Amino acid sequence: MLEIKDLHASINGKEILKGINLVVKPGEVHAIMGPNGSGKSTLSSVLVGNPAFEVTKGSISFYGKDLMQLSPEDRSHEGIFLSFQYPVEIPGVSMVNFMRAAVNEQRKYRNQLSLSASEFLKLMREKRAVVEMDNKLANRSVNEGFSGGEKKRNEIFQMAMLEPRLSILDETDSGLDIDALRIVAQGVNTLKSAETSTIVITHYQRLLDYIKPDIVHVLYNGRIVKTAGPELALQLEERGYDWIKEEVAE
Amino acid sequence: MKKGNNLIKKFTKEKYKYGFTTDVHTDIIEKGLSEDVIRLISFKKEEPEWLLELRLKAYRHWLTLEMPTWAHLTIPEIDYQAISYYADPRQKKKGPKSIEEVDPELLKTFNKLGIPLEEQLALSGMAVDAVMDSVSVKTTFKETLLDKGIIFCSFSEAVREHPDLVRKYLGTVVGYRDNFFAALNSAVFSDGSFVYIPKGVRCPMELSTYFRINAANTGQFERTLIVADDDSYVSYLEGCTAPMRDENQLHAAIVEIMVHDRAEVKYSTVQNWYPGDAEGKGGVFNFVTKRGNCKGVNSKLSWTQVETGSAITWKYPSCILTGDNSSAEFYSVAVTNNYQQADTGTKMIHLGNNTKSTIISKGISAGHSQNSYRGLVRVAEKTIGARNYSQCDSLLLGDKCGAHTFPYMDVHNETAVVEHEATTSKISEDQLFYCNQRGIKTEDAIGLIVNGYAKEVINKLPMEFAVEAQKLLAVSLEGSVG
Repeated sequence: MLEIKDLHASINGKEILKGINLVVKPGEVHAIMGPNGSGKSTLSSVLVGNPAFEVTKGSISFYGKDLMQLSPEDRSHEGIFLSFQYPVEIPGVSMVNFMRAAVNEQRKYRNQLSLSASEFLKLMREKRAVVEMDNKLANRSVNEGFSGGEKKRNEIFQMAMLEPRLSILDETDSGLDIDALRIVAQGVNTLKSAETSTIVITHYQRLLDYIKPDIVHVLYNGRIVKTAGPELALQLEERGYDWIKEEVAE
Repeated sequence: MKKGNNLIKKFTKEKYKYGFTTDVHTDIIEKGLSEDVIRLISFKKEEPEWLLELRLKAYRHWLTLEMPTWAHLTIPEIDYQAISYYADPRQKKKGPKSIEEVDPELLKTFNKLGIPLEEQLALSGMAVDAVMDSVSVKTTFKETLLDKGIIFCSFSEAVREHPDLVRKYLGTVVGYRDNFFAALNSAVFSDGSFVYIPKGVRCPMELSTYFRINAANTGQFERTLIVADDDSYVSYLEGCTAPMRDENQLHAAIVEIMVHDRAEVKYSTVQNWYPGDAEGKGGVFNFVTKRGNCKGVNSKLSWTQVETGSAITWKYPSCILTGDNSSAEFYSVAVTNNYQQADTGTKMIHLGNNTKSTIISKGISAGHSQNSYRGLVRVAEKTIGARNYSQCDSLLLGDKCGAHTFPYMDVHNETAVVEHEATTSKISEDQLFYCNQRGIKTEDAIGLIVNGYAKEVINKLPMEFAVEAQKLLAVSLEGSVG
């Protein structure tokens, strides 16, 4: 379970998050929506320990552990996964070598033996099917020359490989056509279970048609200003964010 | 990303693991260079008159030369009188005949370096000539090879046992007039390896020379000569390390390779001389002239180098493509970290018709280092149908290092096709963080990226070396991003 208390964070001295409180329980899907610049991506970056951001106040605990004390890689080993908004290309590093390092590092952290080459390739094959990714992509360098849709699919593939307890999808729907969106969302839904939680960060209702949230939050100006059920997302789709801004101003 | 710089600082802290010294009785001649010193070296090595004459000619020519300054290097003044030109770590007895006679300290040293000299312990399929300071300590599998007519021995032994062959080829590819360091080496060269592969013989094992500098304030001036006769094949490996010392050590070697009709030579180097400490103190000055002559028709020479060590590297393994249809390759990975400097590349001189050369150079710079590729492709006026492809890539870690490319093309025949491609890229904090998020530590991430980048070259190395080279790349860069 993830528990965020009064979280403040800044980049280059500028405060972006101004007191976030959020509890995400196992099995829940939370959507975080909000206008541009409200701090959505900062929140996901801070959760995974991106060193560009400085946490100035507050706490984050994950299944009882203080996340602030953990390195980015150990947060990953603890089961936190971020599907990046802009997945980076790593030329020369094949997906196979990359994933093998990632999976075996995770196993080492959990005192499990490394997978043999054949076990690993079998796992790759299995998980590739989740996002209908073809073999050719798996043999290429990480994200290199991938289309926008392929990159996002590759993120979900990695998520399938690492089986996180908490998945954060940062605008996974941006730049996806309707078929890719469907495949990605199906992938996410397949991986969901009563033990795993998901945070979906998005501007649009569109993705939420496929990945049904239990709770919807609106992030505005570094704070969560509204929390409600899935109907809130529909309201936002219809009316935009201005009425929320007005409410906050009052 | 303000933490980024700390990351980069941290990555430059890894210790050099070959930095130990061996405590053996070493016969070192006094510092300084003069005709008398050269006579003494020649005397100690019991050389014939013609070789002493050659040394003296080279020395007299060297006196007329100035150290070259065209490289993109900052070289501190070198006092050639403050160096000892000959150091022999063996006991008083002459050249050991069997393993029992080699000083156990020396065997221990090479064991520690991962180069066992006992044949039963040695890597299968690899014969080794182990050179410490100025002399060869031991050559393995010499007898096995001799059964096939292959000569593999220390240079000194070759001078004694095969004087005609040495005299016929020595200085024919790199003459003493070639350059400043070639002249110096020709005057004072000590030991190295000699290889002769007779006609039609395919050498059944990898031949390898392992160079080790041990004594302080000495220079190492080794000389290697490889002759591949018609229709022969050999794969040759060279490795090197040195102790950590605060003073700089000079290493000026010459490698000459002669490739006859339809013969093929593969020469691989993993150069890991002591690079100096994180502040740039100490380290080996590596000024090396390496060249092959593809003299025969359809002959082939391939240079592969992984350069991770040395404070300063000045090295251009080159090829003269004399024979028609001959071909040459140059594959290079040069890593510089901390305050290391490298100016390295190749020369491909196309003289024969339909000659072909390929150059793949990968530079990796970190810390405050400077890394330059310098290459020349020359096609002579009468050469028909020459072809060259060059690719020079640079990878930067951090923002205090430099990468430079100096490709020269000198093409005098219009039938030539010469292509050059170059790229520069950087390992970004975003790439490293992406790896971190997937559970991969920064050091491992850099290892993955660097090895991916250098793959094309590493794959050209013989299997055992490739694995070593991969580890070495990661270790050399450890601490450079953090």
